[in-house]
Amino acid sequence: MLEILRIMIRRDLLLAMRRRAEVANALLFFVIVASLFPLGIGPESNLLRLIAPGIIWVAALLASLLALGRMFAPDHADGTLEQMLLAREPLVVIVVGKIVAHWLVSGLPLVLLAPVLAIQFDLAADSLLILVVSLLLGTPSLILIGAVGAALTLGVRGSSLLTALLVLPLYVPVLILGTSAADAAAGGVTALAHLLLLAAFLVFAAVFAPLAVAMALRIAFE
Amino acid sequence: MLEISNVACVRGERTLFSGLNCSLDTGSLLRVAGPNGSGKTSLLRIVCGLAAPASGEVRWAGEAVRRMREEYSRRLIYLGHAHAVKDDLTARENLAIACALSDCQATADALAGALHELGIERYADLPARFLSQGQRRRVALARLVAAAAVPLWVLDEPFTALDQGAISRLQEMIGAHVRRGGIVIFTSHQDVAIAGAVCRTVELGT
Repeated sequence: MLEILRIMIRRDLLLAMRRRAEVANALLFFVIVASLFPLGIGPESNLLRLIAPGIIWVAALLASLLALGRMFAPDHADGTLEQMLLAREPLVVIVVGKIVAHWLVSGLPLVLLAPVLAIQFDLAADSLLILVVSLLLGTPSLILIGAVGAALTLGVRGSSLLTALLVLPLYVPVLILGTSAADAAAGGVTALAHLLLLAAFLVFAAVFAPLAVAMALRIAFE
Repeated sequence: MLEISNVACVRGERTLFSGLNCSLDTGSLLRVAGPNGSGKTSLLRIVCGLAAPASGEVRWAGEAVRRMREEYSRRLIYLGHAHAVKDDLTARENLAIACALSDCQATADALAGALHELGIERYADLPARFLSQGQRRRVALARLVAAAAVPLWVLDEPFTALDQGAISRLQEMIGAHVRRGGIVIFTSHQDVAIAGAVCRTVELGT
């Protein structure tokens, strides 16, 4: 079972490496959106510091939404997803592998880029640390929830908009918790409560989302 | 081993077939025939457990396949309309992953042997997007070489896009599998002769 998990993660990372331009799209989008705000608002460092967590979080959320299209649709189109449904191990394991690989490719880079982008907002070191931790806990949740949306809209025309409509309401708690964690740190209050709630959300999503995805994929093939 | 009992398939408002019965023992070969749109692929998907029949049931060794899930998948190789070959991976990588997903031998030697058998070892390390339709089909079929131990093969139009040499090679592979005691179900518009095996035919849409 772990063997198939390893194989799936390796496969999707390999595919991402061969399609670097597509992967870079979402990351580039993240960098551009987060960089345009300081330019548009001007050098008001107090204001920038205040809005930094919100902007970086919204940009990360939109970037991960943008990357969802790559999750199942290509495999659906060329028939490999069908083979995954008929694999020797439970579909859930394969789904977990795909989600992990997807996070490594389009979630983790967002977390790693955030400190660089935060320089433009003159964010203090302690709020920056909290922002990075909140993204580290939040982006896997975004991808887990997004995977359910992507699986449910598989094979539907105009699926990207539909996916966004489906998952955005579920993204809102993650967004609120993520930004308010960094805000709390900036205000000198402990952000532990927010981070723990984010972690709880992640655990909840990690348990239920793969099951929901597996069920949605089976329905998509009926 | 495999029992298709009273299976019906409905697409939209239209009933494609109903009351289909068929029982396949070890070492049997079944060709599903019928005009375009008669439900051949739908039948194969039902046999694989990918789709639920409108009524009736498919059973493997007496147990409904929809309940067996991966227990059944382990005994099954399905080659569908889509080749399930990733454009960005090489033929060898494609085969390795396909074999790892199903219960095939996936050692490096076995993979090389399978690629050699289908005559694609020369292109084995080329990304599949540079291969022709027929060559992709061969990559997909190479999995069958490594799948000798998997009892049930379900093949959707396996002979399309293949040249004469590959067709006769595939006929031999199907024949050998049936003689080993495997079960092969395939769709084909042509009457395909498989040496050493009795071929039953189900006509759909009549």
